[in-house]
Amino acid sequence: MSANGQATVSIRTAITTTFATVAEEQGKTLEPLADDLALMDSGLDSLCIAIIVARLDDDLNLDPFSGGDDVMLPVTVGDFIRIYENAAG
Amino acid sequence: MQLDNRRSLWDLTRAAGANVERFIADATLRLPLATLAQNASGPGVAAELRQQSILVSSHEQMTAALALLALDGVARRIVLCPPDLKPTHLPYVLATAEVDTIVSDHAPDNAEVPTTIRYVTCRPDELSPVPAGEDRLVTEWILFTSGTTGTPKMVVHTLDTLAGPIERILALGAGAIWSTYYDIRRYGGLQILLRALLGGGSIVLSSPNESPAEYLARVAANRVTHITGTPSHWRRALMSPVARDISPKYARMSGEVADQAIIDKLRTFYPNATVAHAFASTEAGLAFDVNDGQAGFPAHLISDNGPVAAIRIQDGSMRIRSNRTALRYLGDNMPNLMDGEGFVDTGDMIEQRDGRCYFAGRREGIINVGGLKVHPEEVEAIINQHPDVQMSLVKSRANPITGAIVVAEVVRKPAADGDPDEFRKAILALCRDALPAHKIPANIRVVAALDVGVSGKLARVRA
Repeated sequence: MSANGQATVSIRTAITTTFATVAEEQGKTLEPLADDLALMDSGLDSLCIAIIVARLDDDLNLDPFSGGDDVMLPVTVGDFIRIYENAAG
Repeated sequence: MQLDNRRSLWDLTRAAGANVERFIADATLRLPLATLAQNASGPGVAAELRQQSILVSSHEQMTAALALLALDGVARRIVLCPPDLKPTHLPYVLATAEVDTIVSDHAPDNAEVPTTIRYVTCRPDELSPVPAGEDRLVTEWILFTSGTTGTPKMVVHTLDTLAGPIERILALGAGAIWSTYYDIRRYGGLQILLRALLGGGSIVLSSPNESPAEYLARVAANRVTHITGTPSHWRRALMSPVARDISPKYARMSGEVADQAIIDKLRTFYPNATVAHAFASTEAGLAFDVNDGQAGFPAHLISDNGPVAAIRIQDGSMRIRSNRTALRYLGDNMPNLMDGEGFVDTGDMIEQRDGRCYFAGRREGIINVGGLKVHPEEVEAIINQHPDVQMSLVKSRANPITGAIVVAEVVRKPAADGDPDEFRKAILALCRDALPAHKIPANIRVVAALDVGVSGKLARVRA
């Protein structure tokens, strides 16, 4: 696997770990994460997603949803991860 | 008590559109207005409640909508309880609003209701509109302001002040099917109910018990044409696959600052819709309503002769005067709602750039988390209960999903030692026991010191 591939894996891991941490903190039951799972069916509410986005900004130094560019809001867990992977280049 | 030959909400609703198939729907019921019209031939619940001060306390928004149709023009005063009114505040509300009767869709829950106050439990379908041909009162509508701590603040409106903002949109035409993420028991949602009723349309009510996807599925099934919510509601909606199944002609945001990103996303997502954003508050009423696709509002609206309201900027904050502002606060020893010239101070700070006005946060530092307001001081009060906390500062952090989230900085007492992680966890546990989720800091940073100004107050930097 390329260095780039490894970076991609670590972003995915960081995201899924953050999902689990925030779900636990917020007392939510997280559904098993899969790329085609809709975010809104994941057991997390929008406050949880907001907290996850803030944590990932701190941890990965990535904030792909701010700035008013063409990034659409993610529908599925896979969309969410891809937006971060693309932002990381 | 003022009596005149004015028309009530029900009279105006019937007059607005008799030739269209109109309805009020929630998650369990789709009630044709024609059915209500048939019920209006009987005496209904309302006849007994004439000239009384009536508190409407309902689990269901449908009950509140039907109570308003039944009681406007009949009751002296309607007190519209928001769903989150604390039972401990009920005695104050009952006394201040001089309530005679409580109309509800459920048995009294925790709070004690004094025996002098009648408690009427009725189902939504038992609330019949008042028959035609009877005198109509000018009913006071009592609404609760949002985002206050402690004793609730009640604001006096009438159907005229509430319906004022609607006149200019009636051109939208009969047959519009409205829906709103808002609760109709607060100003923003009530505006949408009134638009639907007075504009000859229908309305699909939201329900706290359904997921965003379930709500949007109902919106799609009912062929909603006009839909409103906060920017946070919309961001959440656009993250649902069902968002593709609705095709509104009109999508509107208020209740929070609509940034350029969410305006652009909505316009891209619903290319056939008019995307608008507006500013309104319970006290000030509607200030502006713009649909030019740009965040903020044009500076030329700052005028004593604006199309919707007179707008002034004074000491940095927006002031509103119009015939849609509330009449006064209800109760003794309440502050004046408006200044000597009739302007209501919104407390929203405005910055002007290139002929455009933008919102720059609240003067008193209130944090708006997805439309829910948080006073930093109430969160700091909880954090400061931890024995090792010397002082704390709660502030806003911009967030692309909810507009803002709550974060905290905490100074530890010099003598305190132990694991910083455990310290943070203990503070979070305190917050979780005392506060709803949106008020709990998403991040707690332990810092060496906080700035204290010459006044001895914490230096708060506006978000």
